[in-house]
Amino acid sequence: MARGFDGADIQAGRLPSAEYEANFADLHPPLSGHEALVAADRCYFCYDAPCVTACPTSIDIPMFIRQIATGNTAGSAKTIFDQNILGGMCARVCPTETLCEQACVREMAEGKPVEIGRLQRFATDHQMAAGTQPYTRATPTGKRAAVVGAGPAGLACAHRLALHGHDVVLYDAKPKPGGLNEYGIAAYKTVGDFAQAEADYILSIGGITLELGKALGREITLDGLRRDFDAVFLGMGLGGVNGLKIEGEELAVSDAVDFIAELRDTKDLSSLAIGRRVVVIGGGMTAVDAAVQSKLLGAEDVTIVYRRGQQDMNASLYEQDLAQTKGVKIKHWARPVRVIDDGARRGVEFEYTRQGAGGLEGTGETFVVEADMAFAAIGQTLEPGGLDIALDGGRIQVDDDYRTSLDGVWAGGDCVSRGDDLTVTAVAQGRDAAEAMHRALTA
Amino acid sequence: MADIRNDFAGIKSPNPFWLASAPPTDKEYNVVRAFKAGWGGVVWKTLGLDPHIVNVNGPRYGAIWGADRRLLGLNNIELITDRPLQTNLDEIKRVKRDWPDRAMVVSLMVPCEEVCWADILKRVEDTEADGVELNFGCPHGMSERGMGAAVGQVPEYIEMVTRWAKQNTRMPVIVKLTPNITDIRYPARAAMAGGGDAVSLINTVSSITAVDLDVMAPEPTIDGKGSHGGYCGPAVKPIALNMVADIARDAEMAGLPISGIGGITTWRDAAEFMALGAGNVQVCTAAMTYGFKIVTEMIEGLKNWMDSKGYERLDQFIGLATPNVTDWQYLNLNYVTKARINQDMCIQCGRCYVVCEDTSHQAIASTKDGKRHFEVIDAECVACNLCVNVCPVEGCITMEPLAAGAVDTRTGKVVAAEYGNWTTHPNNPAKVAAE
Ligand SMILES: Cc1cc2nc3c(=O)[nH]c(=O)nc-3n(C[C@H](O)[C@H](O)[C@H](O)COP(=O)(O)OP(=O)(O)OC[C@H]3O[C@@H](n4cnc5c(N)ncnc54)[C@H](O)[C@@H]3O)c2cc1C
Ligand SMILES: Cc1cc2nc3c(=O)[nH]c(=O)nc-3n(C[C@H](O)[C@H](O)[C@H](O)COP(=O)(O)O)c2cc1C
Ligand code: SF4
Repeated sequence: MARGFDGADIQAGRLPSAEYEANFADLHPPLSGHEALVAADRCYFCYDAPCVTACPTSIDIPMFIRQIATGNTAGSAKTIFDQNILGGMCARVCPTETLCEQACVREMAEGKPVEIGRLQRFATDHQMAAGTQPYTRATPTGKRAAVVGAGPAGLACAHRLALHGHDVVLYDAKPKPGGLNEYGIAAYKTVGDFAQAEADYILSIGGITLELGKALGREITLDGLRRDFDAVFLGMGLGGVNGLKIEGEELAVSDAVDFIAELRDTKDLSSLAIGRRVVVIGGGMTAVDAAVQSKLLGAEDVTIVYRRGQQDMNASLYEQDLAQTKGVKIKHWARPVRVIDDGARRGVEFEYTRQGAGGLEGTGETFVVEADMAFAAIGQTLEPGGLDIALDGGRIQVDDDYRTSLDGVWAGGDCVSRGDDLTVTAVAQGRDAAEAMHRALTA
Repeated sequence: MADIRNDFAGIKSPNPFWLASAPPTDKEYNVVRAFKAGWGGVVWKTLGLDPHIVNVNGPRYGAIWGADRRLLGLNNIELITDRPLQTNLDEIKRVKRDWPDRAMVVSLMVPCEEVCWADILKRVEDTEADGVELNFGCPHGMSERGMGAAVGQVPEYIEMVTRWAKQNTRMPVIVKLTPNITDIRYPARAAMAGGGDAVSLINTVSSITAVDLDVMAPEPTIDGKGSHGGYCGPAVKPIALNMVADIARDAEMAGLPISGIGGITTWRDAAEFMALGAGNVQVCTAAMTYGFKIVTEMIEGLKNWMDSKGYERLDQFIGLATPNVTDWQYLNLNYVTKARINQDMCIQCGRCYVVCEDTSHQAIASTKDGKRHFEVIDAECVACNLCVNVCPVEGCITMEPLAAGAVDTRTGKVVAAEYGNWTTHPNNPAKVAAE
């Protein structure tokens, strides 16, 4: 639980109850039928379309948009699901402004790309509402695969394996599937328990047994999985977090990912306590999400402090703008030096930074951001949990086929050393690993 | 400021924008609203004999839409007026009395017997209307009863009925033509031969706009069945322009006033009809799509454009484009152009490339130094202009003429300075010797 400073102004129910609902409503509401037709009509059906190249899962975007335009919504959803079975979640959470929509020729032409994300949501919502998958499983192969982690990577992998006729057991340490879709993504990006609905939809392909509350290194071991299954996929994401390693950290600093997980797991947001003043340290999506959601919970002053410049932030410009429109202050070029609570002042002391010859350096000049709560969002790490597996830069090393150093073990998603830490990248890797596993299983 | 007062076959109106005979001109209430909005004249909804006809009580319209449900084409199965003749005549008389400066033309359709025409013309004259329009165009319903397009498709009937009309009235007679024929010049010449003062065209094009795939019947569907209707709106404008031009440049019909109709939606559409020889224009679908207020845009737009071109009166530009409509055989084959892509404007969609590659002449390259880049290959470009038409950026691809003396790398030939057409081309078996 996020705790903040002892005795600080930290309270639940800062807002009238109706405001919580409004604050955490859909960030990009769904398109109506007519809006979708108008939006679809803007697509030029480009030759060798740049948006397709920009999508990590290579969805045939012009095709699915054309299918919407012609009233073939089911066909459109299939075009999306063929490449990305989590197309529904991706439509909500992809930073499209740095992916497909950035590549859209209309972005170049007029600064207004085709609304690919919202159109994708339109098509996938329709198909998911129908409740049917446009697929039937191949004849059973008799092969069995274990998938560890039911996040986007694991779900995509399990679905593709099941599709090819393999039997899958999908393990997750948590009580619910979805990974960060369920516990990480900002609440206003995926309203209405969508992560669970999507997981159910994906699992409805059949052939996948979900084993929740089973952690690798606790209830199950890699050796055991390698012995009992024909192939193993690791998609555990990044369980650990980086600490600030500054003086007084234990006084008030909570991990932003934990805070968000708690928020996502809370039904009644008015019961969630938040500080009057909040400081968030970091520059990625997690920092932005923690800051924005603090604000939406009723915090009065929320400041993000990032140690480098604006263009270095991992959060996209769109995300940064979103934070600022929600009233979050973003300070650049400062790093935390210590947490203070001396009776007179509570907060975090920062030192200004600059780009020196040998990298980032402090200027010696400091300032204090007063706060009741502080969150660290400075990156997550792999918890190898005693896995005897080759790493690369702290993450699992994989080859082009997502094969690890261990025979019969593949891996994908945040836990591996390639690709961006995005939902869509995890899906692409899970899918492609499944294809490689299928090739190996049927060789 | 340009003066856009109009004199069409002796009928005067403050501007050349009339409402065509259709629902917008169905009764006093609509027409008064139209005049208040600024329309120069109306052709009253077609009158017939009593007992008046009846319309279907289900849907009358079918439609074709473009982006954002913009209505591009409308199809209807409405018949002529479904109100008693005297009611219409009384209203026409009142409106004309109250709006003396506006053109009031009355559209008529009665059976092919002289007495019917003589009788109704007499009664229309009593209203003080400015003229009549003979509806030889309606392609549905009425044609099954030997009227409308059934007359308009037989030049002899057109001539006969027009003559009856002229013999029985002093009012100017406009003959409204159907486009549902193969060569518009024959019915138009017949109208002229019968003594008609003017022609107006086009009436609607026979059409089925869509099929309901659940009911398996054409739309609009009336209790499981549909019948063909008449198509109008922006989609029919190209058909109408061509027919207007055919009449305007026909030597036999020189000087015959033409009222241009078909898909006119903006001042520009109107100017195009008039440039091809129409003396004024009539509008139906645009008003039925947006309401009467659009005439303000038409009036102001036309005046602005005339001012920018230095035209003070309509007759200064009416027909200016007519002489430039010619037959294919007279087009200059020595005029050689090449497509040019403006790289600064190009947004890299690649549509030009794929259509040229798949469906035309493989004359656009899609990469340069391994990068996405679209450029015309002169040695392959036949100058068809398809790339220009599919490019989403207006003005990005242009057709640039080669100067005389330059070599066309596609044919290897030097571009000739002089005009040369098919009639003298060596490949033409029927060529005439060039002087
Ligand atoms: C706060 C936050 C916001 C984000 N916002 C976005 C966004 O808006 N858009 C976007 O594209 N990306 C976003 N991301 C990144 C995105 O969520 C991840 O890249 C993506 O979820 C990675 O998927 P994954 O399947 O590899 O891992 P995860 O989603 O982390 O899933 C891993 C799963 O493995 C399980 N697990 C872990 N260890 C074990 C074990 N030992 N045994 C069994 N199961 C285990 C976990 O319980 C979890 O269910 C965000 C990330 C965070 C932290
Ligand atoms: C619903 C409807 C009813 C029409 N009724 C008549 C009519 O009674 N008499 C007539 O001459 N033309 C009639 N027309 C044809 C129009 O006058 C006009 O010639 C045709 O619609 C083309 O013009 P537009 O493209 O501006 O609509 C009708 C058109 C419509 C849409
Ligand atoms: S607008 Fe619609 S409701 Fe009104 S008369 Fe026409 S068809 Fe009927």
